[in-house]
Amino acid sequence: MHIGKYIDLVHRTELDLVKAFRLVANAHGDEVDVYQTCMLLSSWSQSLSDDVQIFAERYGEEDDDEPDRLTQTLLKETRKGGMALLRDLHDLYLIVSEVRICCAILKQAAAGLRDDALMATCEKIERQSKRQVAWIYTRMKSAAPQTLIVAE
Amino acid sequence: MQASRDSIIDIWGERTPYSGKWPVRVDQCTNEEPDSWVQSACILCSNGCGIDIGVKNGRIVGVRGRKEDLVNAGRMGPKGLHGWVANNSRDRLTKPLIRKNGKLEEVSWDEAMNLIVQRSKEIIEKYTSLGIGFYTSGQLFLEEYYTLGVVGKAGLGTPHMDGNTRLCTATSAAALKASFGTDGQPGSYSDIDTTDCVLHVGHNIASQQTVLWMRILDRLAGPHPPKLVVIDPRATYTAQKATLHLAPKLGTNIPVMNGLLNLIIAAGHINQAYIDAHTVGFEALKEIVTKWPPDRVEEVSGVPAAKLREAAHILGTSQSLVSTVLQGVYQSMQATAAAVQINNLHLLRGLIGRDGCGIYQMNGQPTAQNTRECGADGDLPGFRNWDNKDHVQQLATLWNVELDKIPHWSPPTHAMQIWRFAEAGSIKMLWISGTNPAVSMPELPRIRKILQKEDLFVVAQDAFMTETTKLADVVLPAAIWGEKTGCYTNVDRTVHISHKAVEPPGEARSDFDIFIDYSRRMGFKDKDGAELIKWNTPEAAFEAWKECSRGRPCDYTGMSYAKLTGGSGIQWPCNETYPDGTRHLYTDGVFNTAADYCETYGHDFDTGAAVTQQEYKAKDPKGKAFLKGSDYLPPHEVPDADYPLWLTTGRLVYHFHTRTKTGRSKELHDAAPDGYVQISEQDAAKYSIAEGDMIAVTSRRGRVEEPAKIGGIEPGIVFIPFHYGYWDNDERPRAANELTITEWDAVSKQPHFKYAAVRISKI
Repeated sequence: MHIGKYIDLVHRTELDLVKAFRLVANAHGDEVDVYQTCMLLSSWSQSLSDDVQIFAERYGEEDDDEPDRLTQTLLKETRKGGMALLRDLHDLYLIVSEVRICCAILKQAAAGLRDDALMATCEKIERQSKRQVAWIYTRMKSAAPQTLIVAE
Repeated sequence: MQASRDSIIDIWGERTPYSGKWPVRVDQCTNEEPDSWVQSACILCSNGCGIDIGVKNGRIVGVRGRKEDLVNAGRMGPKGLHGWVANNSRDRLTKPLIRKNGKLEEVSWDEAMNLIVQRSKEIIEKYTSLGIGFYTSGQLFLEEYYTLGVVGKAGLGTPHMDGNTRLCTATSAAALKASFGTDGQPGSYSDIDTTDCVLHVGHNIASQQTVLWMRILDRLAGPHPPKLVVIDPRATYTAQKATLHLAPKLGTNIPVMNGLLNLIIAAGHINQAYIDAHTVGFEALKEIVTKWPPDRVEEVSGVPAAKLREAAHILGTSQSLVSTVLQGVYQSMQATAAAVQINNLHLLRGLIGRDGCGIYQMNGQPTAQNTRECGADGDLPGFRNWDNKDHVQQLATLWNVELDKIPHWSPPTHAMQIWRFAEAGSIKMLWISGTNPAVSMPELPRIRKILQKEDLFVVAQDAFMTETTKLADVVLPAAIWGEKTGCYTNVDRTVHISHKAVEPPGEARSDFDIFIDYSRRMGFKDKDGAELIKWNTPEAAFEAWKECSRGRPCDYTGMSYAKLTGGSGIQWPCNETYPDGTRHLYTDGVFNTAADYCETYGHDFDTGAAVTQQEYKAKDPKGKAFLKGSDYLPPHEVPDADYPLWLTTGRLVYHFHTRTKTGRSKELHDAAPDGYVQISEQDAAKYSIAEGDMIAVTSRRGRVEEPAKIGGIEPGIVFIPFHYGYWDNDERPRAANELTITEWDAVSKQPHFKYAAVRISKI
C-alpha cells in the first residue's frame, strides 16, 4: 500500500503552503490586502496539515525521495515590488494546485478504502484549496494590467 | 437668523406623535425674507429631505422643508437648516489655480484645463490611460457622475475610478448585491409609519439622519409604539431611547449577529415556506450560526447571554421589522458579512417587500446612491455586471463605442487600490472631485505623502481651499448645490431634483461643465467620430441616463425634470409599469439574482475571491435570494501592552464630512467647535484624567491631541469624531484619521475606521 506517499505529499505541501503564504505576506506587506489574506490562508493550510497529520499516524507517511519537488523550487527568496508580487502569487497558485492534484489522488484511495474520515478531510482540503486558488486568481488578474503595462 | 425652531439646542424639535401617516411640520431658517423659493433637496446627509432654497437679490438667504415631500414632510435637521450659509462664504474658490514654483497661483480656465489635457495626453502616450485615476465624491449630482462615468470608461478607458463613497457606502452596495443580486434598497422610509419593531445596527441614527430619527421618535411618542433594539458599543442618543441596547466589543458584529440568528432559528421563529420558496443557502447558514450559542457570543462580544436572548425574542416574534445598518458595521471587521446578516434576518422571517418591513443599508453621503448607480464608483452604470459581456455590450451600444474600449478585464479599481497605485507610482495623475481625502482617508500621514509625490499630478476641484487642495497641482473652483441643477437619490430610492437658485461665485463652474469641457478638449469621440458626450445640459444628461437605466433595477425612464418638479421626490423604479415610482422592491419574493441580470457573481466573504460566471451559472439561483453566512475573524489589530485601548471614530450631529460646509456656519461651529477624545469614567480614573484635560492619543501610525470628554462609552474604548482637520485650526494634530489603519473589507473594500489600537497620556 502506497497511500502513505500521498498522505505525505498532501501533508508536506500544506506545510510548505503555511510557510509560502507567510513568506509572500511578509514580502508584500505594503499591499495590505495581500498581507492579511495570505496570513489568513496560511492559517487555513496550518489547520489542514493538522487534519492530515492524523492520517499520517494511521497509515504511516512514506517519505518522498524524489529530488526537488515543485515546492522546493518556487518561492525560494523574497522579492519586492509589483512584478515580484505577480510572480509570487503565480508561484503560490502553482503550489496550491499541487495540493489539489495530490488531494484528488488521495481522495480516490479514501473512496476505495471506504475511509469516511479521510474522505471528509480530502473534501475539506478540496474546498479550502479551491478558495485559496480563487483568491490568488482574483488578485493576480486585478494586479496584472497595471504591473505589465504601467509599472516601471 | 430667523428659524422656526432652535435645532442646535433641540436637535429633533417638537414631537408630532403618530401611527399611520406622519404629520407635517415645516422647519425653516432664513437670515432675510426670500423673494422666491427654489425647489431642492438637502445635501448634508443621506436622508435626502425635500427642501426649498430661499433667494433674495441673487443670494441664498435661507431654506425650508417641503411639506409635500415623502421623505421629511417639511422637517429639517440642524445641518440642513444652517449649512447653506457656506455657499455665501467669502473664502469660496473663484479662480482656477496652478502650482508654479511650489505655490498655487491664479490662472485662467483655459490655462488650467490645457495643462490637465496636456498632462493626460503625455501620460496616456507613455503609460496608457491606466496611468490616470479619479477619486470623486458622495456629493456631486447624478448627471455629473454619469458624465464622469462615461468620460472615464468610454473616453479614457481607465478602470481607476471610485469615490469617497468607498469610505461610507460601499458595504451597503456590497451587502445588497450579495443577498439580492443587485444594489437597491428593498424598503421605504414609510415602513417606519407602521412597523412594530426597529433594529439599528452600528447606526447612530439620532445623530446621522436626524429627520429619519424624528420619524421614529414620533412613532415612539404615538399609539402602538414600535420596540427599538440598538446594537452599538457606545451609549449614543439612539441607544438611550432603546427598548434594548446591546453594546458589543469592537469588531464583534459577526458573533452577535450569528448568535441572534442562531436563537431565532432554534426557536422556530422563521418562515420556512418563505425560505423554501425564495432563498438558497439556508442549511449552510444554519450550520455556521449554530456554532454561536449565547454563552460563546457573550465570551467573545461581551454582550450578556440574557440580553442576546431578549433581543432574539423581540426580533424573532415581531410581526414587522425595519432594520437599519451603518458605519458601525460597514467600517468594521467583516463588514459585508455582518451587513448581510441583517438581510438574512429579514429573509429568514419573510419580512421584506411589504409595508412595515424595510431594510435600510444606509448610505453615508447624500448622493452616494448615485455614484453607485451611475458608474462613478467601482461599479458599472445601471447596476450592470462588469463580468457579464452582455452587460458591457449594452453600455458599448448605448455609448456607440467598441466593447473593448470599456475596461472589463477585472472589477473597476476600488479607492484603496487607486491610492495604493498612486503610492507605488503606477497612477501618475489623480483627479479628485468634491472630497477631502487629506482629512477623510485612513492613515493621513500616508495620504499626505502620496498627494505630495513629485511623480503624481493631482487635480482637485472643490468649493473651498481644503487640506487636499493645498497639496494639489491644479485646483479648479467648483459650483455647488444651489448653484447648479441636477438630481440625487437617497437611501430609500427617492429621487429629488435640485434647481439652480443662484449663480456660482466668480469663475466657479459646476463639476458637470468641467467634465464635459475636459471631454471636448481631450477629443473623446464615439466610433462614428461624433462627440462621446452627447449632452451639454443637466437635463439632457438626465435623459441620457434614463436610457442607460432602462430595464435595470434603478429604472428612471418614467421620470423627467418636469415630473420631479413641483411635488415630492419619486422612488425608483419609475417606468411605464410604475409611473408614480415604487415603494418596495421584491414584493413578489423574486430577487435580481438571475445569472443574466445580477450585478455580481458573488465573492468569498473571507477572502474577497470572485465567483466566476461559469460557477454562478451552474447554480443559477434564478431569482431566489442568497442566505450567506460567515464565521468570526478577529480584527487585525487588537489592543496590546503598547497600545492598550481601542479607538473608534464617528460623526457628530452638527457636522458633515470634513466640515468644509458645516464648519462655516457660526451656529454649527459654535455647537461643536473642536474635536475631543471620549473615554469611560473607569479609564479616566485609571489615567487620572479630568474633563477637558488635553490628551495625547497615539497609534502605530500617528498622534493627535484632544481634550478629554468623560463618560458614555465602555471601558477600554476611546472615541474621536472624524470631522476635524486643519483648514481652520492647524495649531495641533487633531484629525482622527492620523491614527486609523490602512486596511479594508475583503468584499466591499471599505476601510476599517472603527477600530485601531491606541494609547493615551495626559499632556
